[in-house]
Amino acid sequence: MGELYNKLAIDVRFIEGLKACLNCGTCTAICPAAEFYNYQPRQIVDVLQTHDDAAIENLLKSDTIWYCGECMSCVTRCPRGNAPGLLITVLRAASQDLGYFTESEKGRQQLALKRTVGKWILQYGYCLYPSEILPEMHPEQGPIWEWEHEHIEGVMDRLGANYNKSGPGILRKIPQEDLDEIGRIFDETGGTERFNTIEEYSKQKAAEMGLNLDDSPNSDYMKHIYTTNNKHHGKKL
Amino acid sequence: MKVEGKRRIWKDYQKEIAEDQYFYVRSCVRQNFFPASEKTFLRIMREELNKDVYENAAHTTCSGIGYHSDIVPFETTMTMVARQFALMTESGYHNFTTSCITSFGLYTEILETWNHFPEVEARVREHLRKATGREFTKPENLSHASDVIFKFRKEIADKGKYRLINQFTGRPLRGVEHIGCHYSKMFPSKGVGGAEYPYVLVGMIEGWGGEVIDYPERRHCCGFGFRQYLIQANRGYSMSCSKKKFDSMAPYKPDFILTNCPGCPMFLDRWQYTLSEMEGITYGENGQGIPVLTYEELAGMILGYNPWDLGLQVHQVPVEPLLDKMGIPYDAEQKFLNKEGMSMGKPKSPSFLKFY
Repeated sequence: MGELYNKLAIDVRFIEGLKACLNCGTCTAICPAAEFYNYQPRQIVDVLQTHDDAAIENLLKSDTIWYCGECMSCVTRCPRGNAPGLLITVLRAASQDLGYFTESEKGRQQLALKRTVGKWILQYGYCLYPSEILPEMHPEQGPIWEWEHEHIEGVMDRLGANYNKSGPGILRKIPQEDLDEIGRIFDETGGTERFNTIEEYSKQKAAEMGLNLDDSPNSDYMKHIYTTNNKHHGKKL
Repeated sequence: MKVEGKRRIWKDYQKEIAEDQYFYVRSCVRQNFFPASEKTFLRIMREELNKDVYENAAHTTCSGIGYHSDIVPFETTMTMVARQFALMTESGYHNFTTSCITSFGLYTEILETWNHFPEVEARVREHLRKATGREFTKPENLSHASDVIFKFRKEIADKGKYRLINQFTGRPLRGVEHIGCHYSKMFPSKGVGGAEYPYVLVGMIEGWGGEVIDYPERRHCCGFGFRQYLIQANRGYSMSCSKKKFDSMAPYKPDFILTNCPGCPMFLDRWQYTLSEMEGITYGENGQGIPVLTYEELAGMILGYNPWDLGLQVHQVPVEPLLDKMGIPYDAEQKFLNKEGMSMGKPKSPSFLKFY
């Protein structure tokens, strides 16, 4: 048993997620990601069961672990009570903590997630916030969202929200003392450290790739990771 | 599978849902995209059913989308959840009800984790104490808001002004139901009806006069996939999942899609628009889409609430065809007005999907 495997194996989600896999492939049969990407949750579990650190390290540096949508459909169907989707969460955590995530196109996207959802959690107390969901970044949201975004205060008011105001209610302004509590929870529990790690390794990778990365959402590296798709991720037919 | 067989399975998956005195926490996605659904939930609970539902203004996101995007560690999310439980405790409540399915799945997972690993619960309690000075007791009852509406579906039907009956034909309206993956796929015993044949939305549709369509991809994910939607480069995954469902349900000609997850109604609504723009496909009749509803919107329609109070104007796929079939009156001129009745302009019309 390798050192890397041991690191993964102490996570409670690993203990809960991997009992004994017989490689039947039921998880792959039900997996939405396996239909779209060149991806098989069965293979992920197979690699983990080898306890082979070199193979696991390759996995952590690959696009493969980032294909899962964490819908957890595999959990329902596994005849042995394994949870491949839960194992993915452990692998992704390790890939970031060890700085391996920047070695793959899909892994590098973590910085964009940290600088959007991660930032909004700490800044607003919400994972999403309407003024930040820009129609030009979300054409799929259609003309209805363009209209809503343009008239956000009027629309939210009409729909009964308490948008950006004090007190309870929909999209209320969360008091600063509560946001401060969130910040301290992140400091205490490793959330801040995870964010800093994502930033640090992403800056190294941006320099290595010769792409500008500053605090702006429009810096070259940010645009690159948000939009790049090398078209080689698909299911091989 | 025969209906009798499903009913036997449903009997095996009955969950306890509190009767009253709920501590309510909101959903990040729904507050952004379907805010009026949460407003309607509180209106039904407080004004129709005379229930005590309390919201503490200090509650925040549970960080679930961050957790499932893998930027937020499990330890952090568990402590964020512990803080929500602390607010419930401080407010004097014991029954925890959440608007969000991602949150519901996480609360369930975290409580199960603490049951299996008491040392993790002890560690989280210490984190919370150090970071906030707060303490908590675990909920006596955990429910999703759709569980609560399911519980009171008969009372809603009794008070209702409309039913899921096509006024033109006299026949039941036919719906497909889409359950959020994290409602019961991880912990089937925590959802009404389990994971394979959940009953939570079926019970509402049947209780309000409609018929449920069974179709091959009924349990397939809508395709949110967290990072698979949030990052533009990955969105093909998200849309492909929804397209698979639309292609599978369309031959059965559903009158509506009913959902209980925050993201699913948004994706099933918006991807119909996107597919129409990309490929000219529309899945409803005469260039229309299939209306997608939250369970509160449908409950509000049954109760005869003003469709624009329910937020039906912020759907990209218009709901008017269903309102017409149910015989629910609406004033099209009021659709895009603000609270004071003043114009806010109108959204542009899509290229193919019938909107006006």
